[in-house]
Amino acid sequence: MPGIYSLWIVGRNGGLLYSRDFVQLPPIEFNDKLRLASSWFGMCGISAQLSPMPDSSGIQLLQADTFDLHSFHTLTGTTFMLLAEPQTPDAAELLRTTVYELYCDYVLKNPFHEMDQVIKSELFDQNVVALLQATNRRWGVGLPPQ
Amino acid sequence: MFQSKYGSTGIVDKPFRPGKQEVALSAFAYLFSELVQYCQSRVSNISELERKLDEVGYGVGLRLLEVLAYRERGQRRETRLLDMLKFVHSTLWRYLFGRQARDLEQSNTAEDEYMISDTDLFVTKFVSVPREMGHLNPAAFVAGIVRGALDGAGFPARVTAHYVPVQGQPRPKTVILMKFQNYQAIMQRDKQQ
Repeated sequence: MPGIYSLWIVGRNGGLLYSRDFVQLPPIEFNDKLRLASSWFGMCGISAQLSPMPDSSGIQLLQADTFDLHSFHTLTGTTFMLLAEPQTPDAAELLRTTVYELYCDYVLKNPFHEMDQVIKSELFDQNVVALLQATNRRWGVGLPPQ
Repeated sequence: MFQSKYGSTGIVDKPFRPGKQEVALSAFAYLFSELVQYCQSRVSNISELERKLDEVGYGVGLRLLEVLAYRERGQRRETRLLDMLKFVHSTLWRYLFGRQARDLEQSNTAEDEYMISDTDLFVTKFVSVPREMGHLNPAAFVAGIVRGALDGAGFPARVTAHYVPVQGQPRPKTVILMKFQNYQAIMQRDKQQ
């Protein structure tokens, strides 16, 4: 069954800026999350250097038997990670257009946000949750407890 | 006299027409965000930040009064309080936001207080005020514009912007509160006209 599990945003220096689950998932400790996020950031950097051609974007999709990890790198170096059920249609598209757009609107245009600091914008949180829950509902995935 | 060397008409030869002058919302939002950050780096507390935004808006308001009276009203100026409030509520608002303000009302508690309320002004659209900043409303900038316009028309007032929660709505509305100075004198002047 398709569905979106969670969204992580990693800053330009590998720090975790935002993470949010959209279904009930086994909890990961916060320190572990930070470590995983910066490891993923490092791996994307390495993968870009492995490319035989210059200007590679690095890892875009990691497929496992239980999940897909879609990774999107903006031109300025922020990394968006979306964990989804395998074969979820349009997940990469969702990340690259809609989620990125919300980030540009409610995070970057917020005067109280500082680059590469943890995202505290309430409006961004509300809109991301509303969007991805609506997406999940469309596929019949239950609501997570708030 | 001011004719350009290169073109047939210089800028002063062109008629001063209203035209539709709109700016991209994103461009404005980034500029406004920078403005708030600039002000923030020069103040030490929230009320100073509000005052700073208000001061920036004041200059805009004074100029807007001039230009709107010329463009939209054929040089006619409002001299009565109610007409002036309607000018702010409709003409000024339409110029700034592309539509009239939601409500214009007189306060129940004090007769020298008037309120203009609206939702989703573009200065508050993308802004999430952090909790530690409490009552700050970035529409202090709009309050400054209103104060400038009122002051220029001869109705000096203290203008402030507030968030007011609305039942059944996820987002609070913004109320611009105008408290007029010398209200009795204004009323007397109104009567004499």
